[in-house]
Amino acid sequence: MLFTVNKSPLTSDNLKTCLRFAKKGNSVLLYEDGVYGAIPGTKVESVVKEALKSIEVFALKEDLKARGFGEVIDGVKLVDYAGFVGLVEEHNVCPWL
Amino acid sequence: MKFGILILEGPYQHQAGDSAYNFAEAAVAKGHAISGLFFYCDGVQNATTYMTPPQDDRHISKRWAEFIAKHGVDAVVCIAASKKRGITDANLIKGARIAGLGQLTELGIESDRLIAFGD
Amino acid sequence: MAGEDLNEEERSEEDKKKFLFLMRKAPYGSIYPQGGLEVILIMAAYDQTISVLFADDGVFCLKKGQETAGIHVKDFSSAFKVLESYGVEHLYVDKTSLEERGMKPEDLLTGVEVVSSDEMSGFLSGQDVILPF
Repeated sequence: MLFTVNKSPLTSDNLKTCLRFAKKGNSVLLYEDGVYGAIPGTKVESVVKEALKSIEVFALKEDLKARGFGEVIDGVKLVDYAGFVGLVEEHNVCPWL
Repeated sequence: MKFGILILEGPYQHQAGDSAYNFAEAAVAKGHAISGLFFYCDGVQNATTYMTPPQDDRHISKRWAEFIAKHGVDAVVCIAASKKRGITDANLIKGARIAGLGQLTELGIESDRLIAFGD
Repeated sequence: MAGEDLNEEERSEEDKKKFLFLMRKAPYGSIYPQGGLEVILIMAAYDQTISVLFADDGVFCLKKGQETAGIHVKDFSSAFKVLESYGVEHLYVDKTSLEERGMKPEDLLTGVEVVSSDEMSGFLSGQDVILPF
């Protein structure tokens, strides 16, 4: 299962509730404003780090770059749109919008 | 694989429609088929000819029309959502068709994946 | 013969897809929940397996006593009550979302199954199509 998250976790509970439903082995893709969850040093960094112990977290490179960021929390994997498509090939999608 | 794409947000207001387009392009580039586009709620606005954005900006409906023609994609615009917004065949992009919500179910049935973009 | 019939039935069960409507948004603030409801009512005619999960602000869709006359918007909440008769298999409500909003099952319009997110995790993975509204 791939959860797609598009809200900034700094202003929305979206990522938090998504992680409550995501189980071991699931993946989460942060895209659009969701990518703010992938950058280091925010108030939600610890939440993401905790999640990384049991699930895979991806961030969409194009959205991150568009917002002026490149660095991500250790363990978060960057994917481009081709990678996004690849994730959807592998997993069924649960859009957590 | 056959990917169905559901678009729930309007153009130039929310990134959802752009994300849907970028995803669709990337899927086709990887050799996948787009089994259909379904425009619903404010998403129907993406498929109208009622937009003349500045030259240096993307032309969202033209971009979809070109994508639909190039790849022979079935693009359905929800009739109920269209009616609420004054969208008819007269102001619909080429290649798209206005039809009922049943088409979204059909798209879900025939696609290997149905992915939604919205708010 | 009876065995063959059974097989046929099983096969058609397998051909059905499992659709889940993920209702996570509050009513009236946006069109989303109403949009989802309209899809459900149409999809019900297609003989697919339909479930609905209310989570986050989506649980507010089921609040009893919605009166929309003052905002001049159609009250669509009563339609959620009829979903079961439309053949919607399950109406689930996320327990934590309900508790976080100070609500109890008796505050809700219709008979729903209150479930934990742990129970739902596996269920989500088993769905063919998840539509967010």
